[in-house]
Amino acid sequence: MKQQTEFSENIAVQEGAGDMHASCVCAGFPSPADDYVEEALDLNRLLVHNAPATFFLRVKGDSMKGAGIHTDDILVVDRSVTPKHNSIIVAVLNGTLTVKRLWKKGNRIVLLAENPAHRPVDVTCMEEFEVWGVATSVIHSLRVNK
Amino acid sequence: MSVAAYALVDCNNFYCSCERVFRPDLKDKPVVVLSNNDGCIISRSNEAKKLGVQMAAPYFKQKLFLKRNNVAVFSSNYALYGDLSARVMSSLRSFCPDMEIYSIDEAFLRLDGFSTRDLMGYAQKIRDTIYAWTGIPVSIGIAPTKTLAKIASHICKKTCASTGVFNMNAHWGDGAYIDNLLERTSVEDIWGIGRRSGKKLARYGITTARQLRDRDNFWVQKMLTRTGLQTVLEMRGVSCIALEEAPPKRRSIRSSRSFGKPVTRKEDAREAVVAYMVRAAEKLRREHLTATTISVFIKTSTHRPGDQHAEYASHTLPEPTNYTPLLVQHASEMLGKIFREKHQYQKVGVLLSGLESQHNQQGSLLSLTSKEVEEQLAAQSRLMHVTDTINKKFGRGTVQYAGEGLGQPWKMKQDNLSPRYTTKWGELCEVF
Repeated sequence: MKQQTEFSENIAVQEGAGDMHASCVCAGFPSPADDYVEEALDLNRLLVHNAPATFFLRVKGDSMKGAGIHTDDILVVDRSVTPKHNSIIVAVLNGTLTVKRLWKKGNRIVLLAENPAHRPVDVTCMEEFEVWGVATSVIHSLRVNK
Repeated sequence: MSVAAYALVDCNNFYCSCERVFRPDLKDKPVVVLSNNDGCIISRSNEAKKLGVQMAAPYFKQKLFLKRNNVAVFSSNYALYGDLSARVMSSLRSFCPDMEIYSIDEAFLRLDGFSTRDLMGYAQKIRDTIYAWTGIPVSIGIAPTKTLAKIASHICKKTCASTGVFNMNAHWGDGAYIDNLLERTSVEDIWGIGRRSGKKLARYGITTARQLRDRDNFWVQKMLTRTGLQTVLEMRGVSCIALEEAPPKRRSIRSSRSFGKPVTRKEDAREAVVAYMVRAAEKLRREHLTATTISVFIKTSTHRPGDQHAEYASHTLPEPTNYTPLLVQHASEMLGKIFREKHQYQKVGVLLSGLESQHNQQGSLLSLTSKEVEEQLAAQSRLMHVTDTINKKFGRGTVQYAGEGLGQPWKMKQDNLSPRYTTKWGELCEVF
Protein backbone atom coordinates (compact mmCIF):
# COMPACT_ATOMS: atom_id res chain seq x y z
CA MET A 1 0.00 0.00 0.00
CA LYS A 2 1.33 3.38 -0.92
CA GLN A 3 2.24 5.57 1.99
CA GLN A 4 2.41 9.24 1.69
CA THR A 5 3.28 11.85 4.19
CA GLU A 6 0.42 14.26 4.51
CA PHE A 7 0.39 17.52 6.32
CA SER A 8 -2.47 19.84 6.88
CA GLU A 9 -1.72 23.47 6.31
CA ASN A 10 -0.11 25.39 9.02
CA ILE A 11 -3.25 27.27 9.93
CA ALA A 12 -1.65 28.89 12.94
CA VAL A 13 0.79 30.93 10.86
CA GLN A 14 -1.70 31.88 8.17
CA GLU A 15 -4.44 33.09 10.41
CA GLY A 16 -2.14 35.08 12.59
CA ALA A 17 -2.89 32.78 15.49
CA GLY A 18 0.81 33.05 16.16
CA ASP A 19 -0.92 35.31 18.61
CA MET A 20 0.32 34.33 21.93
CA HIS A 21 -2.05 32.51 24.17
CA ALA A 22 -2.44 35.21 26.70
CA SER A 23 -4.17 34.43 29.91
CA CYS A 24 -7.85 35.22 30.00
CA VAL A 25 -8.21 38.68 31.44
CA CYS A 26 -11.70 38.05 32.67
CA ALA A 27 -10.32 35.63 35.24
CA GLY A 28 -8.87 38.62 36.99
CA PHE A 29 -5.34 37.40 37.76
CA PRO A 30 -2.40 37.75 35.34
CA SER A 31 -0.45 34.57 34.71
CA PRO A 32 3.14 34.29 35.88
CA ALA A 33 3.98 33.08 32.37
CA ASP A 34 2.82 36.30 30.72
CA ASP A 35 6.25 37.89 30.57
CA TYR A 36 7.85 34.76 29.15
CA VAL A 37 5.37 33.72 26.47
CA GLU A 38 7.10 32.80 23.20
CA GLU A 39 5.84 31.75 19.81
CA ALA A 40 4.99 28.09 19.33
CA LEU A 41 7.52 26.01 17.40
CA ASP A 42 6.94 26.24 13.68
CA LEU A 43 8.13 23.57 11.25
CA ASN A 44 8.04 26.04 8.38
CA ARG A 45 10.65 28.16 10.09
CA LEU A 46 12.75 25.12 10.83
CA LEU A 47 12.73 23.64 7.35
CA VAL A 48 12.26 26.55 4.99
CA HIS A 49 14.86 29.30 4.95
CA ASN A 50 14.12 30.93 1.63
CA ALA A 51 10.46 30.35 0.83
CA PRO A 52 10.34 31.49 -2.81
CA ALA A 53 13.24 29.17 -3.62
CA THR A 54 12.08 26.14 -1.61
CA PHE A 55 10.17 23.29 -3.20
CA PHE A 56 8.95 19.91 -1.99
CA LEU A 57 9.57 16.82 -4.11
CA ARG A 58 8.36 13.23 -3.65
CA VAL A 59 11.12 10.62 -3.54
CA LYS A 60 10.67 7.47 -5.59
CA GLY A 61 13.04 4.52 -5.46
CA ASP A 62 15.76 3.67 -2.96
CA SER A 63 18.91 4.87 -4.69
CA MET A 64 19.69 7.01 -1.62
CA LYS A 65 18.52 4.72 1.16
CA GLY A 66 21.98 4.76 2.72
CA ALA A 67 21.48 8.47 3.35
CA GLY A 68 18.13 7.87 5.02
CA ILE A 69 16.11 8.91 1.98
CA HIS A 70 13.36 6.41 1.16
CA THR A 71 10.51 6.01 -1.30
CA ASP A 72 7.57 8.34 -0.65
CA ASP A 73 9.58 10.65 1.56
CA ILE A 74 9.30 14.37 0.99
CA LEU A 75 12.51 16.11 0.02
CA VAL A 76 12.88 19.77 0.95
CA VAL A 77 14.87 21.35 -1.86
CA ASP A 78 16.33 24.86 -1.81
CA ARG A 79 17.32 26.26 -5.19
CA SER A 80 19.17 29.19 -3.65
CA VAL A 81 21.80 27.10 -1.85
CA THR A 82 25.11 26.67 -3.63
CA PRO A 83 25.95 22.99 -4.08
CA LYS A 84 29.22 21.89 -2.52
CA HIS A 85 31.19 18.69 -2.46
CA ASN A 86 29.16 16.10 -0.50
CA SER A 87 25.86 18.01 -0.73
CA ILE A 88 22.82 15.96 -1.54
CA ILE A 89 21.46 17.55 -4.66
CA VAL A 90 18.59 17.22 -7.06
CA ALA A 91 20.02 17.16 -10.54
CA VAL A 92 18.68 17.05 -14.04
CA LEU A 93 20.03 14.02 -15.80
CA ASN A 94 18.79 13.22 -19.27
CA GLY A 95 15.62 15.19 -18.73
CA THR A 96 14.56 13.68 -15.40
CA LEU A 97 15.11 14.80 -11.84
CA THR A 98 17.34 12.64 -9.71
CA VAL A 99 18.55 12.92 -6.11
CA LYS A 100 22.19 12.01 -5.53
CA ARG A 101 25.21 12.97 -3.50
CA LEU A 102 27.52 15.40 -5.25
CA TRP A 103 31.19 14.49 -5.48
CA LYS A 104 33.16 17.43 -6.73
CA LYS A 105 36.94 17.71 -6.76
CA GLY A 106 38.88 19.94 -9.09
CA ASN A 107 37.16 19.76 -12.45
CA ARG A 108 35.53 16.40 -11.98
CA ILE A 109 31.88 16.04 -11.00
CA VAL A 110 30.40 12.66 -10.14
CA LEU A 111 26.93 11.77 -8.87
CA LEU A 112 26.94 9.09 -6.19
CA ALA A 113 24.04 6.97 -5.07
CA GLU A 114 23.82 5.57 -1.53
CA ASN A 115 22.80 2.10 -2.54
CA PRO A 116 25.26 -0.54 -3.76
CA ALA A 117 22.91 -1.44 -6.58
CA HIS A 118 23.47 1.95 -8.21
CA ARG A 119 26.69 2.92 -9.97
CA PRO A 120 28.27 6.38 -9.80
CA VAL A 121 27.68 8.61 -12.79
CA ASP A 122 30.48 10.84 -14.01
CA VAL A 123 28.85 13.99 -15.36
CA THR A 124 31.96 16.12 -15.87
CA CYS A 125 31.52 16.28 -19.63
CA MET A 126 27.79 15.78 -19.80
CA GLU A 127 25.81 18.55 -21.38
CA GLU A 128 22.51 17.22 -20.14
CA PHE A 129 23.56 17.64 -16.51
CA GLU A 130 22.38 20.57 -14.42
CA VAL A 131 21.83 21.15 -10.72
CA TRP A 132 18.13 21.75 -9.94
CA GLY A 133 18.54 22.42 -6.23
CA VAL A 134 20.12 21.31 -2.97
CA ALA A 135 18.24 18.97 -0.64
CA THR A 136 18.32 20.44 2.85
CA SER A 137 15.98 18.05 4.70
CA VAL A 138 14.01 14.87 4.16
CA ILE A 139 10.67 14.20 5.81
CA HIS A 140 9.98 10.57 6.54
CA SER A 141 6.64 9.38 7.89
CA LEU A 142 6.73 6.64 10.53
CA ARG A 143 3.07 5.70 10.15
CA VAL A 144 2.58 1.97 9.63
CA ASN A 145 -0.63 2.13 7.60
CA LYS A 146 -2.28 5.01 5.79
CA MET B 1 22.42 64.13 -15.71
CA SER B 2 20.52 61.93 -13.37
CA VAL B 3 17.71 60.09 -15.01
CA ALA B 4 15.07 58.01 -13.24
CA ALA B 5 15.39 54.29 -13.82
CA TYR B 6 12.20 52.30 -14.10
CA ALA B 7 12.70 48.61 -14.76
CA LEU B 8 10.02 46.33 -16.10
CA VAL B 9 10.70 42.74 -15.16
CA ASP B 10 8.73 40.48 -17.46
CA CYS B 11 8.68 36.67 -17.34
CA ASN B 12 9.39 35.05 -20.69
CA ASN B 13 6.42 33.12 -22.08
CA PHE B 14 5.29 32.80 -18.49
CA TYR B 15 2.81 29.91 -18.57
CA CYS B 16 5.12 27.81 -20.74
CA SER B 17 8.05 28.62 -18.48
CA CYS B 18 6.00 27.47 -15.48
CA GLU B 19 5.30 24.15 -17.17
CA ARG B 20 9.04 23.69 -17.72
CA VAL B 21 10.12 24.17 -14.09
CA PHE B 22 9.28 20.58 -13.18
CA ARG B 23 9.75 19.19 -16.68
CA PRO B 24 13.41 19.69 -17.53
CA ASP B 25 12.85 17.39 -20.52
CA LEU B 26 10.91 20.25 -22.15
CA LYS B 27 13.77 22.70 -21.92
CA ASP B 28 14.40 23.44 -25.60
CA LYS B 29 11.22 21.93 -26.95
CA PRO B 30 8.13 23.58 -28.40
CA VAL B 31 5.47 24.04 -25.70
CA VAL B 32 2.05 25.71 -25.73
CA VAL B 33 -0.54 26.43 -23.06
CA LEU B 34 -4.27 26.59 -23.76
CA SER B 35 -6.87 29.00 -22.41
CA ASN B 36 -9.87 28.09 -20.26
CA ASN B 37 -11.74 25.16 -21.73
CA ASP B 38 -8.76 24.32 -23.90
CA GLY B 39 -10.17 26.88 -26.30
CA CYS B 40 -7.19 28.66 -27.78
CA ILE B 41 -3.45 29.02 -27.42
CA ILE B 42 -2.44 31.67 -24.92
CA SER B 43 1.24 30.99 -24.43
CA ARG B 44 3.98 29.66 -26.71
CA SER B 45 7.59 28.81 -26.03
CA ASN B 46 10.15 30.35 -28.40
CA GLU B 47 10.49 27.02 -30.21
CA ALA B 48 6.73 26.90 -30.78
CA LYS B 49 6.81 30.47 -32.09
CA LYS B 50 9.55 29.51 -34.56
CA LEU B 51 7.41 26.65 -35.83
CA GLY B 52 4.76 29.20 -36.70
CA VAL B 53 2.20 28.35 -34.02
CA GLN B 54 -0.28 31.23 -33.84
CA MET B 55 -1.14 33.07 -30.65
CA ALA B 56 -4.82 33.16 -29.69
CA ALA B 57 -5.63 30.69 -32.43
CA PRO B 58 -8.32 28.10 -31.64
CA TYR B 59 -6.72 24.90 -30.42
CA PHE B 60 -8.81 22.44 -32.40
CA LYS B 61 -7.67 24.06 -35.65
CA GLN B 62 -4.00 23.56 -34.85
CA LYS B 63 -4.25 20.23 -33.06
CA LEU B 64 -2.94 18.15 -35.94
CA PHE B 65 -0.09 20.53 -36.68
CA LEU B 66 0.94 20.52 -33.03
CA LYS B 67 0.85 16.74 -32.84
CA ARG B 68 2.93 16.31 -35.99
CA ASN B 69 5.56 18.68 -34.66
CA ASN B 70 5.71 17.10 -31.22
CA VAL B 71 4.59 20.25 -29.48
CA ALA B 72 3.82 19.69 -25.80
CA VAL B 73 0.31 20.96 -25.06
CA PHE B 74 -0.95 21.97 -21.61
CA SER B 75 -4.26 23.16 -20.19
CA SER B 76 -4.00 26.23 -17.96
CA ASN B 77 -2.78 25.23 -14.53
CA TYR B 78 -3.62 28.39 -12.65
CA ALA B 79 -2.79 26.92 -9.27
CA LEU B 80 0.78 26.37 -10.46
CA TYR B 81 1.10 29.70 -12.28
CA GLY B 82 -0.25 31.68 -9.34
CA ASP B 83 2.19 30.02 -6.95
CA LEU B 84 5.23 30.49 -9.19
CA SER B 85 4.23 34.09 -9.83
CA ALA B 86 4.11 34.74 -6.09
CA ARG B 87 7.59 33.29 -5.78
CA VAL B 88 8.95 35.51 -8.55
CA MET B 89 7.40 38.61 -7.00
CA SER B 90 8.60 37.71 -3.55
CA SER B 91 12.15 37.20 -4.87
CA LEU B 92 12.03 40.56 -6.63
CA ARG B 93 10.95 42.30 -3.48
CA SER B 94 14.14 41.25 -1.76
CA PHE B 95 16.05 43.22 -4.39
CA CYS B 96 13.94 46.29 -4.38
CA PRO B 97 11.08 47.09 -2.02
CA ASP B 98 10.05 49.92 -4.34
CA MET B 99 8.02 47.75 -6.67
CA GLU B 100 4.64 47.44 -8.28
CA ILE B 101 3.20 44.08 -9.26
CA TYR B 102 1.57 44.85 -12.56
CA SER B 103 0.23 41.47 -13.64
CA ILE B 104 0.79 37.79 -13.01
CA ASP B 105 4.11 37.94 -14.81
CA GLU B 106 5.22 41.58 -14.78
CA ALA B 107 6.48 43.98 -12.18
CA PHE B 108 7.89 47.51 -12.24
CA LEU B 109 10.86 48.37 -10.05
CA ARG B 110 12.52 51.71 -9.42
CA LEU B 111 16.27 51.45 -9.62
CA ASP B 112 17.38 55.08 -9.27
CA GLY B 113 20.83 55.92 -8.03
CA PHE B 114 22.92 53.38 -9.91
CA SER B 115 25.60 54.25 -12.43
CA THR B 116 25.02 52.77 -15.87
CA ARG B 117 27.46 49.93 -15.43
CA ASP B 118 26.25 49.07 -11.97
CA LEU B 119 22.69 49.14 -13.22
CA MET B 120 23.42 46.56 -15.92
CA GLY B 121 25.21 44.41 -13.39
CA TYR B 122 22.39 44.70 -10.90
CA ALA B 123 19.74 43.90 -13.46
CA GLN B 124 21.73 40.88 -14.57
CA LYS B 125 22.00 39.75 -10.97
CA ILE B 126 18.24 40.08 -10.55
CA ARG B 127 17.70 37.99 -13.64
CA ASP B 128 20.14 35.27 -12.62
CA THR B 129 18.75 35.11 -9.11
CA ILE B 130 15.13 34.81 -10.20
CA TYR B 131 16.07 31.99 -12.53
CA ALA B 132 18.15 30.20 -9.90
CA TRP B 133 15.49 30.48 -7.20
CA THR B 134 12.30 29.85 -9.18
CA GLY B 135 13.30 28.38 -12.52
CA ILE B 136 11.55 31.22 -14.38
CA PRO B 137 13.53 33.19 -16.98
CA VAL B 138 12.79 36.93 -17.11
CA SER B 139 13.66 39.88 -19.33
CA ILE B 140 14.35 43.29 -17.92
CA GLY B 141 13.79 46.58 -19.74
CA ILE B 142 15.16 49.75 -18.13
CA ALA B 143 14.14 53.28 -19.13
CA PRO B 144 13.40 56.73 -17.69
CA THR B 145 9.64 56.13 -17.55
CA LYS B 146 7.25 53.20 -17.10
CA THR B 147 5.92 53.52 -20.64
CA LEU B 148 9.42 53.40 -22.10
CA ALA B 149 10.39 50.56 -19.76
CA LYS B 150 7.60 48.52 -21.30
CA ILE B 151 8.97 49.29 -24.74
CA ALA B 152 12.49 48.47 -23.55
CA SER B 153 11.30 45.11 -22.26
CA HIS B 154 9.66 44.38 -25.58
CA ILE B 155 12.90 45.22 -27.42
CA CYS B 156 14.84 43.10 -24.96
CA LYS B 157 12.78 40.05 -25.75
CA LYS B 158 13.32 40.52 -29.44
CA THR B 159 17.00 41.38 -29.54
CA CYS B 160 18.73 40.71 -26.23
CA ALA B 161 17.71 37.16 -25.59
CA SER B 162 21.20 36.22 -24.45
CA THR B 163 21.74 38.94 -21.84
CA GLY B 164 18.09 39.32 -20.96
CA VAL B 165 18.52 43.00 -20.07
CA PHE B 166 18.08 46.10 -22.18
CA ASN B 167 19.00 49.43 -20.67
CA MET B 168 17.55 52.32 -22.63
CA ASN B 169 19.03 54.78 -20.12
CA ALA B 170 22.50 53.94 -21.35
CA HIS B 171 21.56 55.42 -24.73
CA TRP B 172 19.39 58.25 -23.54
CA GLY B 173 21.81 60.94 -24.63
CA ASP B 174 21.95 59.54 -28.16
CA GLY B 175 18.91 61.08 -29.88
CA ALA B 176 19.30 59.18 -33.13
CA TYR B 177 19.51 55.86 -31.35
CA ILE B 178 16.33 56.48 -29.39
CA ASP B 179 14.56 57.77 -32.49
CA ASN B 180 15.48 54.55 -34.24
CA LEU B 181 14.13 52.39 -31.41
CA LEU B 182 10.83 54.24 -31.38
CA GLU B 183 10.67 54.16 -35.16
CA ARG B 184 10.77 50.39 -34.99
CA THR B 185 8.07 50.21 -32.34
CA SER B 186 4.55 49.99 -33.68
CA VAL B 187 2.02 52.37 -32.18
CA GLU B 188 -0.19 49.48 -31.01
CA ASP B 189 2.66 48.08 -28.94
CA ILE B 190 2.76 51.19 -26.77
CA TRP B 191 1.38 50.66 -23.28
CA GLY B 192 -2.00 52.32 -23.12
CA ILE B 193 -2.57 52.44 -26.87
CA GLY B 194 -4.83 49.61 -27.94
CA ARG B 195 -5.95 48.35 -31.31
CA ARG B 196 -8.80 50.82 -31.57
CA SER B 197 -6.64 53.87 -30.92
CA GLY B 198 -4.04 52.35 -33.19
CA LYS B 199 -6.54 52.21 -36.04
CA LYS B 200 -7.62 55.77 -35.37
CA LEU B 201 -4.03 57.01 -35.41
CA ALA B 202 -3.31 55.08 -38.59
CA ARG B 203 -5.95 57.12 -40.34
CA TYR B 204 -3.75 60.16 -39.65
CA GLY B 205 -0.66 58.39 -40.89
CA ILE B 206 0.69 57.60 -37.41
CA THR B 207 1.91 54.02 -37.17
CA THR B 208 5.14 54.20 -35.19
CA ALA B 209 5.88 55.27 -31.63
CA ARG B 210 8.29 57.89 -32.95
CA GLN B 211 5.63 59.56 -35.05
CA LEU B 212 3.25 59.70 -32.11
CA ARG B 213 5.91 61.03 -29.78
CA ASP B 214 6.63 63.88 -32.15
CA ARG B 215 3.04 65.12 -32.52
CA ASP B 216 2.16 68.28 -30.60
CA ASN B 217 0.48 68.01 -27.22
CA PHE B 218 -2.72 69.71 -28.24
CA TRP B 219 -3.36 67.26 -31.04
CA VAL B 220 -2.52 64.26 -28.88
CA GLN B 221 -4.85 65.34 -26.11
CA LYS B 222 -7.65 65.90 -28.60
CA MET B 223 -7.17 62.50 -30.20
CA LEU B 224 -6.34 60.37 -27.20
CA THR B 225 -7.50 62.37 -24.15
CA ARG B 226 -5.34 63.27 -21.21
CA THR B 227 -4.26 59.69 -20.66
CA GLY B 228 -2.90 59.60 -24.20
CA LEU B 229 -1.01 62.79 -23.55
CA GLN B 230 0.56 61.26 -20.45
CA THR B 231 1.69 58.33 -22.56
CA VAL B 232 3.32 60.64 -25.09
CA LEU B 233 5.05 62.70 -22.39
CA GLU B 234 6.35 59.47 -20.92
CA MET B 235 7.73 58.52 -24.31
CA ARG B 236 9.66 61.76 -24.28
CA GLY B 237 11.21 60.81 -20.96
CA VAL B 238 8.94 62.80 -18.68
CA SER B 239 7.70 60.52 -15.94
CA CYS B 240 3.97 61.06 -15.30
CA ILE B 241 2.95 57.64 -14.11
CA ALA B 242 4.32 56.72 -10.72
CA LEU B 243 4.69 53.29 -9.19
CA GLU B 244 1.47 52.20 -7.59
CA GLU B 245 2.50 50.67 -4.38
CA ALA B 246 -0.90 49.49 -3.24
CA PRO B 247 -3.18 47.68 -5.64
CA PRO B 248 -6.18 49.78 -6.70
CA LYS B 249 -9.28 49.09 -4.62
CA ARG B 250 -11.53 46.48 -6.08
CA ARG B 251 -14.61 47.73 -7.86
CA SER B 252 -16.33 44.44 -8.57
CA ILE B 253 -15.90 40.72 -8.29
CA ARG B 254 -16.84 38.56 -11.19
CA SER B 255 -17.01 34.83 -11.45
CA SER B 256 -17.90 33.22 -14.73
CA ARG B 257 -16.74 30.61 -17.19
CA SER B 258 -17.66 29.26 -20.54
CA PHE B 259 -19.18 25.81 -20.44
CA GLY B 260 -17.35 22.74 -21.71
CA LYS B 261 -20.58 21.61 -23.42
CA PRO B 262 -23.55 23.85 -24.17
CA VAL B 263 -26.14 23.91 -21.40
CA THR B 264 -29.82 23.60 -22.22
CA ARG B 265 -31.37 22.59 -18.89
CA LYS B 266 -32.30 25.22 -16.36
CA GLU B 267 -31.12 23.03 -13.45
CA ASP B 268 -27.61 22.79 -14.91
CA ALA B 269 -27.40 26.54 -15.48
CA ARG B 270 -28.68 27.14 -11.96
CA GLU B 271 -26.05 24.82 -10.49
CA ALA B 272 -23.36 26.74 -12.33
CA VAL B 273 -24.66 30.11 -11.12
CA VAL B 274 -24.76 28.85 -7.54
CA ALA B 275 -21.23 27.50 -7.76
CA TYR B 276 -19.88 30.74 -9.23
CA MET B 277 -21.71 32.79 -6.62
CA VAL B 278 -20.23 30.65 -3.86
CA ARG B 279 -16.78 31.27 -5.31
CA ALA B 280 -17.37 35.01 -5.69
CA ALA B 281 -18.66 35.27 -2.12
CA GLU B 282 -15.54 33.52 -0.86
CA LYS B 283 -13.45 36.14 -2.62
CA LEU B 284 -15.58 38.83 -1.10
CA ARG B 285 -15.01 37.59 2.43
CA ARG B 286 -11.35 36.98 1.85
CA GLU B 287 -10.93 40.64 1.00
CA HIS B 288 -13.14 41.72 3.88
CA LEU B 289 -15.76 43.28 1.64
CA THR B 290 -19.51 43.28 1.29
CA ALA B 291 -21.58 43.76 -1.85
CA THR B 292 -24.81 45.63 -2.50
CA THR B 293 -25.55 44.73 -6.09
CA ILE B 294 -25.79 41.24 -7.56
CA SER B 295 -25.85 40.65 -11.30
CA VAL B 296 -26.31 37.46 -13.23
CA PHE B 297 -25.74 37.06 -16.95
CA ILE B 298 -26.18 34.31 -19.43
CA LYS B 299 -25.36 33.98 -23.10
CA THR B 300 -25.49 31.61 -26.01
CA SER B 301 -22.58 30.97 -28.33
CA THR B 302 -22.51 33.07 -31.48
CA HIS B 303 -20.63 30.25 -33.21
CA ARG B 304 -23.35 27.68 -32.74
CA PRO B 305 -26.61 27.30 -34.65
CA GLY B 306 -29.89 28.04 -32.92
CA ASP B 307 -31.55 31.08 -31.40
CA GLN B 308 -29.28 33.63 -29.82
CA HIS B 309 -30.00 34.97 -26.39
CA ALA B 310 -27.93 37.05 -24.05
CA GLU B 311 -29.36 38.60 -20.94
CA TYR B 312 -28.26 40.25 -17.79
CA ALA B 313 -30.24 40.82 -14.59
CA SER B 314 -29.30 43.02 -11.68
CA HIS B 315 -30.65 43.39 -8.18
CA THR B 316 -29.67 45.82 -5.47
CA LEU B 317 -29.98 44.65 -1.90
CA PRO B 318 -31.31 46.86 0.86
CA GLU B 319 -28.22 46.11 2.96
CA PRO B 320 -24.68 45.17 1.91
CA THR B 321 -23.81 41.54 2.61
CA ASN B 322 -21.30 38.77 2.07
CA TYR B 323 -23.52 35.99 3.37
CA THR B 324 -23.41 33.24 0.77
CA PRO B 325 -26.86 31.70 1.27
CA LEU B 326 -28.49 35.09 0.70
CA LEU B 327 -26.41 35.86 -2.38
CA VAL B 328 -27.04 32.39 -3.75
CA GLN B 329 -30.76 32.70 -3.22
CA HIS B 330 -30.97 35.94 -5.18
CA ALA B 331 -28.70 34.69 -7.95
CA SER B 332 -30.72 31.55 -8.32
CA GLU B 333 -34.00 33.48 -8.55
CA MET B 334 -32.57 35.86 -11.12
CA LEU B 335 -31.34 33.01 -13.24
CA GLY B 336 -34.79 31.48 -13.13
CA LYS B 337 -36.18 34.70 -14.57
CA ILE B 338 -33.76 35.15 -17.46
CA PHE B 339 -33.25 31.53 -18.52
CA ARG B 340 -35.09 30.50 -21.68
CA GLU B 341 -35.82 26.94 -22.66
CA LYS B 342 -34.53 25.44 -25.90
CA HIS B 343 -31.41 27.63 -26.04
CA GLN B 344 -27.83 26.41 -26.10
CA TYR B 345 -26.10 28.49 -23.47
CA GLN B 346 -22.36 28.77 -23.64
CA LYS B 347 -21.61 31.02 -20.71
CA VAL B 348 -23.04 32.09 -17.39
CA GLY B 349 -21.64 34.33 -14.73
CA VAL B 350 -22.20 36.44 -11.66
CA LEU B 351 -20.97 39.88 -10.75
CA LEU B 352 -20.86 41.47 -7.32
CA SER B 353 -20.54 45.24 -7.18
CA GLY B 354 -21.17 48.14 -4.86
CA LEU B 355 -18.30 46.80 -2.77
CA GLU B 356 -17.59 48.20 0.66
CA SER B 357 -15.35 47.27 3.50
CA GLN B 358 -17.20 44.89 5.81
CA HIS B 359 -16.14 46.93 8.77
CA ASN B 360 -18.24 49.83 7.51
CA GLN B 361 -21.25 47.57 7.44
CA GLN B 362 -20.96 46.45 11.01
CA GLY B 363 -20.52 50.00 12.15
CA SER B 364 -23.67 51.35 10.55
CA LEU B 365 -25.96 48.40 11.10
CA LEU B 366 -25.33 47.95 14.75
CA SER B 367 -26.77 51.35 15.49
CA LEU B 368 -30.03 50.71 13.65
CA THR B 369 -31.04 47.13 14.21
CA SER B 370 -32.81 45.19 16.88
CA LYS B 371 -31.10 42.66 19.07
CA GLU B 372 -32.55 39.71 17.11
CA VAL B 373 -31.18 41.01 13.82
CA GLU B 374 -27.79 41.63 15.42
CA GLU B 375 -27.73 38.07 16.68
CA GLN B 376 -28.74 36.73 13.32
CA LEU B 377 -25.99 38.67 11.58
CA ALA B 378 -23.47 37.43 14.11
CA ALA B 379 -24.63 33.85 13.56
CA GLN B 380 -24.39 34.26 9.79
CA SER B 381 -20.91 35.65 10.15
CA ARG B 382 -19.86 32.71 12.33
CA LEU B 383 -21.28 30.22 9.85
CA MET B 384 -19.34 31.82 7.01
CA HIS B 385 -16.19 31.89 9.10
CA VAL B 386 -16.47 28.19 9.93
CA THR B 387 -17.25 27.23 6.33
CA ASP B 388 -14.30 29.23 5.04
CA THR B 389 -11.96 27.75 7.64
CA ILE B 390 -12.96 24.18 6.81
CA ASN B 391 -12.65 24.77 3.07
CA LYS B 392 -9.27 26.34 3.60
CA LYS B 393 -8.02 23.48 5.74
CA PHE B 394 -9.37 20.54 3.76
CA GLY B 395 -9.59 22.01 0.29
CA ARG B 396 -12.02 24.16 -1.59
CA GLY B 397 -15.43 22.57 -1.94
CA THR B 398 -15.18 20.40 1.19
CA VAL B 399 -18.27 22.13 2.46
CA GLN B 400 -20.54 22.71 -0.49
CA TYR B 401 -23.94 24.19 -1.00
CA ALA B 402 -26.42 21.60 -2.29
CA GLY B 403 -27.36 24.03 -5.07
CA GLU B 404 -23.86 23.75 -6.57
CA GLY B 405 -24.70 20.28 -7.81
CA LEU B 406 -22.59 17.16 -7.40
CA GLY B 407 -22.03 16.01 -10.98
CA GLN B 408 -21.45 19.40 -12.57
CA PRO B 409 -21.61 18.41 -16.24
CA TRP B 410 -20.94 22.03 -17.17
CA LYS B 411 -17.44 21.99 -15.68
CA MET B 412 -14.57 23.42 -17.63
CA LYS B 413 -12.67 21.17 -20.04
CA GLN B 414 -9.02 20.73 -19.11
CA ASP B 415 -7.73 17.60 -20.79
CA ASN B 416 -4.04 18.39 -20.59
CA LEU B 417 -3.59 19.60 -17.04
CA SER B 418 -0.18 19.19 -15.43
CA PRO B 419 0.05 18.31 -11.71
CA ARG B 420 -0.30 21.07 -9.15
CA TYR B 421 3.30 20.53 -8.10
CA THR B 422 3.45 23.32 -5.57
CA THR B 423 -0.01 23.39 -4.04
CA LYS B 424 -1.08 19.77 -3.57
CA TRP B 425 0.80 17.21 -1.47
CA GLY B 426 -0.60 14.43 -3.60
CA GLU B 427 0.75 15.99 -6.82
CA LEU B 428 4.38 16.66 -5.95
CA CYS B 429 6.98 16.23 -8.66
CA GLU B 430 8.79 12.91 -8.34
CA VAL B 431 12.54 12.57 -8.00
CA PHE B 432 14.38 9.25 -8.41
